[in-house]
Amino acid sequence: MAKAAAKKSAAAAPSVERRPALAGQELSATGVALAVLPPAERISLRAPYASVAALSKALGVTLPRKPKTSAAKAGRTALWLGPDEWLVIDEVGRDPLADCFEMTVLHSAVGISHRNVAISVTGPAAAATINSGCPQDLSLDAFPVGAASRTILGKVEIVLLRTATDAFRVECWRSFSDYVFTFLSEAAGDAAA
Amino acid sequence: MLLIRCPYCEEERPELEFRNAGEAHIARSADMAATSDDDFEKFFFIRSNPKGIIYERWRHMHGCARFFNAVRDTVSDRFLMTYKAGEPKPANLPGAAK
Repeated sequence: MAKAAAKKSAAAAPSVERRPALAGQELSATGVALAVLPPAERISLRAPYASVAALSKALGVTLPRKPKTSAAKAGRTALWLGPDEWLVIDEVGRDPLADCFEMTVLHSAVGISHRNVAISVTGPAAAATINSGCPQDLSLDAFPVGAASRTILGKVEIVLLRTATDAFRVECWRSFSDYVFTFLSEAAGDAAA
Repeated sequence: MLLIRCPYCEEERPELEFRNAGEAHIARSADMAATSDDDFEKFFFIRSNPKGIIYERWRHMHGCARFFNAVRDTVSDRFLMTYKAGEPKPANLPGAAK
Protein backbone atom coordinates (compact mmCIF):
# COMPACT_ATOMS: atom_id res chain seq x y z
CA MET A 1 0.00 0.00 0.00
CA ALA A 2 2.73 2.40 0.97
CA LYS A 3 4.44 1.64 -2.31
CA ALA A 4 1.33 2.49 -4.30
CA ALA A 5 0.97 5.76 -2.43
CA ALA A 6 4.57 6.69 -3.12
CA LYS A 7 4.03 5.95 -6.81
CA LYS A 8 1.02 8.21 -6.91
CA SER A 9 2.84 11.17 -5.44
CA ALA A 10 5.70 10.69 -7.90
CA ALA A 11 3.23 10.80 -10.79
CA ALA A 12 1.75 14.01 -9.42
CA ALA A 13 5.14 15.75 -9.49
CA PRO A 14 5.42 18.40 -12.23
CA SER A 15 8.05 16.57 -14.23
CA VAL A 16 8.87 12.90 -14.43
CA GLU A 17 12.02 12.00 -12.59
CA ARG A 18 14.58 10.51 -14.88
CA ARG A 19 16.23 7.30 -13.74
CA PRO A 20 18.94 6.46 -16.23
CA ALA A 21 19.96 2.83 -16.60
CA LEU A 22 23.56 1.92 -15.79
CA ALA A 23 24.34 5.59 -15.05
CA GLY A 24 28.01 6.33 -14.93
CA GLN A 25 29.26 2.78 -15.49
CA GLU A 26 32.71 2.57 -16.98
CA LEU A 27 35.25 -0.04 -17.87
CA SER A 28 38.69 0.19 -19.29
CA ALA A 29 40.78 -2.59 -20.72
CA THR A 30 43.96 -2.60 -22.75
CA GLY A 31 43.25 -0.61 -25.92
CA VAL A 32 39.57 0.04 -25.29
CA ALA A 33 37.43 1.98 -22.81
CA LEU A 34 33.67 1.71 -22.31
CA ALA A 35 31.52 4.36 -20.72
CA VAL A 36 27.78 4.79 -20.34
CA LEU A 37 27.10 8.25 -21.73
CA PRO A 38 24.97 10.85 -19.93
CA PRO A 39 21.25 11.03 -20.82
CA ALA A 40 20.38 12.75 -24.11
CA GLU A 41 17.24 13.91 -25.88
CA ARG A 42 16.22 11.76 -28.82
CA ILE A 43 13.48 11.44 -31.38
CA SER A 44 12.61 8.82 -33.92
CA LEU A 45 11.66 10.78 -37.02
CA ARG A 46 9.75 9.44 -40.01
CA ALA A 47 9.09 11.74 -42.94
CA PRO A 48 8.64 11.59 -46.71
CA TYR A 49 11.21 13.11 -49.03
CA ALA A 50 9.14 16.28 -49.52
CA SER A 51 9.26 17.17 -45.82
CA VAL A 52 12.99 16.70 -45.33
CA ALA A 53 14.08 20.26 -46.17
CA ALA A 54 11.55 21.90 -43.82
CA LEU A 55 12.33 19.50 -41.00
CA SER A 56 16.07 20.02 -41.44
CA LYS A 57 15.53 23.73 -41.04
CA ALA A 58 13.39 23.31 -37.93
CA LEU A 59 15.84 20.91 -36.31
CA GLY A 60 18.89 22.97 -37.24
CA VAL A 61 20.67 19.95 -38.65
CA THR A 62 20.49 18.71 -42.23
CA LEU A 63 18.86 15.29 -42.30
CA PRO A 64 21.21 13.07 -44.31
CA ARG A 65 19.77 11.42 -47.41
CA LYS A 66 22.56 8.99 -48.12
CA PRO A 67 22.48 5.53 -46.55
CA LYS A 68 24.74 4.89 -43.57
CA THR A 69 25.55 8.55 -42.97
CA SER A 70 24.93 11.08 -40.24
CA ALA A 71 25.08 14.84 -39.84
CA ALA A 72 25.98 16.76 -36.73
CA LYS A 73 25.68 20.40 -35.74
CA ALA A 74 25.91 22.10 -32.35
CA GLY A 75 25.51 19.01 -30.22
CA ARG A 76 22.70 17.56 -32.30
CA THR A 77 23.21 14.52 -34.52
CA ALA A 78 20.85 13.14 -37.17
CA LEU A 79 21.46 9.53 -38.14
CA TRP A 80 20.09 7.98 -41.34
CA LEU A 81 18.34 4.76 -40.39
CA GLY A 82 16.19 4.18 -43.45
CA PRO A 83 15.01 5.98 -46.61
CA ASP A 84 12.40 7.88 -44.57
CA GLU A 85 13.64 7.33 -41.05
CA TRP A 86 16.12 9.18 -38.84
CA LEU A 87 17.29 9.10 -35.26
CA VAL A 88 17.96 12.57 -33.93
CA ILE A 89 20.09 12.80 -30.78
CA ASP A 90 20.61 16.02 -28.88
CA GLU A 91 23.33 16.00 -26.25
CA VAL A 92 22.98 19.59 -25.05
CA GLY A 93 19.50 19.31 -23.64
CA ARG A 94 17.37 20.95 -26.37
CA ASP A 95 14.53 18.52 -27.02
CA PRO A 96 14.22 17.99 -30.79
CA LEU A 97 10.60 16.95 -30.22
CA ALA A 98 9.79 20.54 -29.30
CA ASP A 99 11.31 21.76 -32.57
CA CYS A 100 9.07 19.43 -34.57
CA PHE A 101 5.96 20.30 -32.61
CA GLU A 102 5.01 23.34 -34.68
CA MET A 103 5.80 21.73 -38.01
CA THR A 104 2.84 21.31 -40.35
CA VAL A 105 4.65 19.32 -43.04
CA LEU A 106 3.88 15.61 -43.04
CA HIS A 107 6.05 13.81 -40.50
CA SER A 108 5.98 11.64 -37.43
CA ALA A 109 8.28 12.51 -34.54
CA VAL A 110 8.27 10.26 -31.51
CA GLY A 111 10.22 11.11 -28.35
CA ILE A 112 12.45 8.19 -27.39
CA SER A 113 14.86 9.98 -25.04
CA HIS A 114 14.26 7.55 -22.22
CA ARG A 115 14.07 4.48 -24.41
CA ASN A 116 17.72 4.47 -25.40
CA VAL A 117 20.96 4.20 -23.51
CA ALA A 118 24.19 5.23 -25.19
CA ILE A 119 27.54 3.58 -24.56
CA SER A 120 30.79 4.95 -25.88
CA VAL A 121 33.46 2.55 -27.04
CA THR A 122 36.81 4.23 -27.52
CA GLY A 123 40.40 3.24 -28.12
CA PRO A 124 42.46 1.49 -30.80
CA ALA A 125 40.63 -1.81 -30.12
CA ALA A 126 37.14 -0.24 -30.28
CA ALA A 127 36.27 -1.70 -33.68
CA ALA A 128 37.51 -5.14 -32.68
CA THR A 129 35.43 -4.97 -29.50
CA ILE A 130 32.22 -4.16 -31.38
CA ASN A 131 33.01 -6.64 -34.13
CA SER A 132 32.94 -9.45 -31.61
CA GLY A 133 29.16 -9.22 -31.78
CA CYS A 134 28.46 -7.07 -34.82
CA PRO A 135 28.87 -8.61 -38.29
CA GLN A 136 29.35 -5.33 -40.17
CA ASP A 137 32.61 -4.31 -41.77
CA LEU A 138 33.94 -1.59 -39.44
CA SER A 139 37.12 -0.80 -41.34
CA LEU A 140 37.56 2.90 -42.04
CA ASP A 141 36.93 2.32 -45.78
CA ALA A 142 33.53 0.74 -45.21
CA PHE A 143 32.53 2.58 -42.04
CA PRO A 144 34.21 6.00 -42.01
CA VAL A 145 33.95 8.63 -39.31
CA GLY A 146 30.35 9.85 -39.23
CA ALA A 147 28.95 6.60 -40.59
CA ALA A 148 25.85 5.40 -38.78
CA SER A 149 23.78 2.30 -39.10
CA ARG A 150 21.21 0.25 -37.33
CA THR A 151 22.67 -3.22 -36.91
CA ILE A 152 22.96 -6.00 -34.38
CA LEU A 153 25.27 -6.75 -31.48
CA GLY A 154 25.03 -10.30 -30.24
CA LYS A 155 21.32 -10.90 -29.79
CA VAL A 156 20.07 -7.33 -29.77
CA GLU A 157 19.57 -4.47 -32.17
CA ILE A 158 21.79 -1.42 -31.77
CA VAL A 159 22.39 1.82 -33.60
CA LEU A 160 26.06 2.33 -34.24
CA LEU A 161 27.69 5.69 -34.93
CA ARG A 162 31.38 6.22 -35.55
CA THR A 163 32.29 9.50 -33.86
CA ALA A 164 36.06 9.33 -34.52
CA THR A 165 38.50 6.90 -36.11
CA ASP A 166 38.72 4.97 -32.85
CA ALA A 167 35.47 5.96 -31.14
CA PHE A 168 31.94 4.62 -31.48
CA ARG A 169 28.62 5.46 -29.94
CA VAL A 170 26.41 2.42 -29.36
CA GLU A 171 22.73 3.20 -28.85
CA CYS A 172 20.58 0.41 -27.47
CA TRP A 173 17.20 0.07 -25.80
CA ARG A 174 17.45 0.64 -22.07
CA SER A 175 16.09 -2.80 -21.19
CA PHE A 176 18.90 -4.29 -23.29
CA SER A 177 21.57 -1.96 -21.90
CA ASP A 178 22.77 -4.36 -19.22
CA TYR A 179 23.20 -7.09 -21.84
CA VAL A 180 25.00 -4.72 -24.21
CA PHE A 181 27.33 -3.35 -21.55
CA THR A 182 28.17 -6.80 -20.25
CA PHE A 183 28.68 -8.10 -23.81
CA LEU A 184 31.00 -5.21 -24.63
CA SER A 185 32.87 -5.67 -21.34
CA GLU A 186 33.56 -9.31 -22.17
CA ALA A 187 34.48 -8.37 -25.72
CA ALA A 188 36.83 -5.64 -24.49
CA GLY A 189 38.76 -8.25 -22.53
CA ASP A 190 38.96 -10.48 -25.60
CA ALA A 191 39.95 -7.63 -27.90
CA ALA A 192 42.72 -6.61 -25.52
CA ALA A 193 44.11 -10.15 -25.33
CA MET B 1 28.00 -15.74 -43.67
CA LEU B 2 26.02 -14.65 -46.71
CA LEU B 3 26.21 -11.06 -47.82
CA ILE B 4 22.90 -9.73 -49.11
CA ARG B 5 22.67 -6.53 -51.08
CA CYS B 6 20.01 -4.21 -49.67
CA PRO B 7 18.65 -2.00 -52.49
CA TYR B 8 17.83 0.77 -50.00
CA CYS B 9 21.16 0.76 -48.16
CA GLU B 10 22.86 0.30 -51.54
CA GLU B 11 25.43 -2.12 -50.21
CA GLU B 12 25.99 -5.68 -49.15
CA ARG B 13 25.18 -6.43 -45.55
CA PRO B 14 25.60 -9.56 -43.42
CA GLU B 15 22.67 -11.98 -43.50
CA LEU B 16 22.11 -11.66 -39.73
CA GLU B 17 20.50 -8.28 -40.36
CA PHE B 18 17.85 -9.79 -42.66
CA ARG B 19 14.65 -11.79 -42.35
CA ASN B 20 12.95 -13.80 -45.05
CA ALA B 21 9.35 -12.73 -45.60
CA GLY B 22 7.96 -15.38 -47.95
CA GLU B 23 7.33 -15.52 -51.67
CA ALA B 24 7.13 -12.28 -53.64
CA HIS B 25 4.73 -11.11 -56.35
CA ILE B 26 1.61 -12.61 -54.84
CA ALA B 27 -1.15 -10.17 -55.66
CA ARG B 28 -3.99 -9.79 -53.22
CA SER B 29 -7.41 -9.68 -54.83
CA ALA B 30 -9.01 -6.24 -54.86
CA ASP B 31 -12.35 -7.78 -54.01
CA MET B 32 -11.57 -10.40 -51.42
CA ALA B 33 -15.23 -11.07 -50.59
CA ALA B 34 -15.96 -12.16 -54.15
CA THR B 35 -12.99 -14.56 -54.31
CA SER B 36 -14.01 -18.19 -54.58
CA ASP B 37 -12.77 -20.63 -51.98
CA ASP B 38 -10.51 -22.32 -54.50
CA ASP B 39 -8.91 -19.06 -55.58
CA PHE B 40 -8.51 -17.97 -51.99
CA GLU B 41 -6.80 -21.21 -51.13
CA LYS B 42 -4.36 -20.66 -54.04
CA PHE B 43 -3.69 -17.08 -52.94
CA PHE B 44 -3.39 -17.81 -49.25
CA PHE B 45 -1.72 -21.20 -48.94
CA ILE B 46 -0.23 -22.41 -52.20
CA ARG B 47 3.37 -21.40 -52.85
CA SER B 48 5.59 -22.38 -55.76
CA ASN B 49 8.43 -23.95 -53.70
CA PRO B 50 10.67 -24.44 -56.73
CA LYS B 51 14.00 -26.18 -56.95
CA GLY B 52 16.02 -23.38 -58.49
CA ILE B 53 15.16 -19.72 -58.96
CA ILE B 54 12.70 -18.25 -56.47
CA TYR B 55 11.41 -14.69 -56.07
CA GLU B 56 11.18 -13.79 -52.41
CA ARG B 57 10.43 -10.88 -50.13
CA TRP B 58 13.12 -10.07 -47.65
CA ARG B 59 13.28 -7.50 -44.92
CA HIS B 60 16.37 -5.63 -43.79
CA MET B 61 15.04 -6.01 -40.27
CA HIS B 62 18.09 -4.80 -38.31
CA GLY B 63 19.15 -2.19 -40.84
CA CYS B 64 16.89 0.16 -42.75
CA ALA B 65 13.91 -2.08 -41.84
CA ARG B 66 12.59 -1.94 -45.42
CA PHE B 67 11.05 -4.82 -47.33
CA PHE B 68 12.54 -5.59 -50.72
CA ASN B 69 12.50 -8.43 -53.23
CA ALA B 70 15.29 -10.87 -53.95
CA VAL B 71 15.93 -13.53 -56.54
CA ARG B 72 17.56 -16.55 -54.95
CA ASP B 73 18.63 -19.95 -56.18
CA THR B 74 17.28 -22.51 -53.71
CA VAL B 75 19.88 -25.08 -54.82
CA SER B 76 23.03 -23.02 -54.34
CA ASP B 77 21.48 -20.50 -51.90
CA ARG B 78 23.04 -17.77 -54.04
CA PHE B 79 21.32 -14.39 -54.35
CA LEU B 80 21.17 -13.50 -58.05
CA MET B 81 19.86 -9.99 -57.50
CA THR B 82 17.77 -7.82 -55.20
CA TYR B 83 15.42 -4.99 -56.13
CA LYS B 84 13.12 -2.55 -54.38
CA ALA B 85 9.61 -3.50 -53.35
CA GLY B 86 7.01 -2.55 -55.94
CA GLU B 87 9.35 -2.93 -58.89
CA PRO B 88 8.31 -5.47 -61.55
CA LYS B 89 9.74 -8.94 -61.72
CA PRO B 90 13.08 -8.59 -63.52
CA ALA B 91 13.10 -9.97 -67.06
CA ASN B 92 16.80 -10.75 -67.26
CA LEU B 93 18.64 -12.27 -64.36
CA PRO B 94 22.34 -11.43 -64.14
CA GLY B 95 24.55 -14.44 -63.67
CA ALA B 96 21.71 -16.95 -63.88
CA ALA B 97 22.82 -20.49 -64.59
CA LYS B 98 22.48 -21.84 -68.18
